[in-house]
Amino acid sequence: MEGEPAANPATALLVLGCPQVPVQTSIALYLINRLKKAGITPVVAGNKAANTLLVVADPDRHYLGEVMDLDRAVAQIADRKRDFDSCFVFIHNDAGVSYAATMGAISKAKLYGIVYGEHFEEQVKKIEFSCTIIAAKAVHNPLPLKKALDEVKPWAV
Amino acid sequence: MGCVESMNYEIVLKGASFKESREYIRAHFKEFLDVQPGFKILDIPVIGLPPVAVGLEGDFIIFPYTKPCHGTFLLRVEDAEEAARLRALKK
Repeated sequence: MEGEPAANPATALLVLGCPQVPVQTSIALYLINRLKKAGITPVVAGNKAANTLLVVADPDRHYLGEVMDLDRAVAQIADRKRDFDSCFVFIHNDAGVSYAATMGAISKAKLYGIVYGEHFEEQVKKIEFSCTIIAAKAVHNPLPLKKALDEVKPWAV
Repeated sequence: MGCVESMNYEIVLKGASFKESREYIRAHFKEFLDVQPGFKILDIPVIGLPPVAVGLEGDFIIFPYTKPCHGTFLLRVEDAEEAARLRALKK
């Protein structure tokens, strides 16, 4: 409405894992697109390799917005300098579960664990903290994970 | 934020799971404390599932350091001031 200050748009943090499993980059771009269409500002945090895969794939930044170093993102949230409305942690190994638990402990964001990979069930069993799990056996083909994401529709919450 | 690369560290355990690293500290160090994820050791936020075990051995601190591609390392770093700070938290 004209004359009224716009409310702060909702924000989402995508915490990328090791990019060794191909579906991560594809699903991250897909999720970013869905979030943006829903008016949610996505921020990506990953290690150098995971971030570079996205930045190279989207040179004109049609999808990507802010991209930051994972360690810096964790430090800023732990220091209460920054937080997000929702947080999506990509999980395909033990480290991914550790990052998700950490985000659950330091952030007020609604937490989603996107679990994939050959042994995704093994990782799901380790998630004993409050977290919405979106999981599928997906390594090279992102469609099973896309389907799981579409069923939950976290951008519509 | 602290930087591990600038520290003179020794790797005690490599490529471990968070559970293995917690169990290793509890089994190998008489003195340890449990902290929450995000708790800072040497200005580095700790990553892991709560509780995260941190070992103390004289002036040395033994703590988990997690990398997305390489899992959890247990690092042993000498810092008398930080060891004293952590020891004080146990009381």
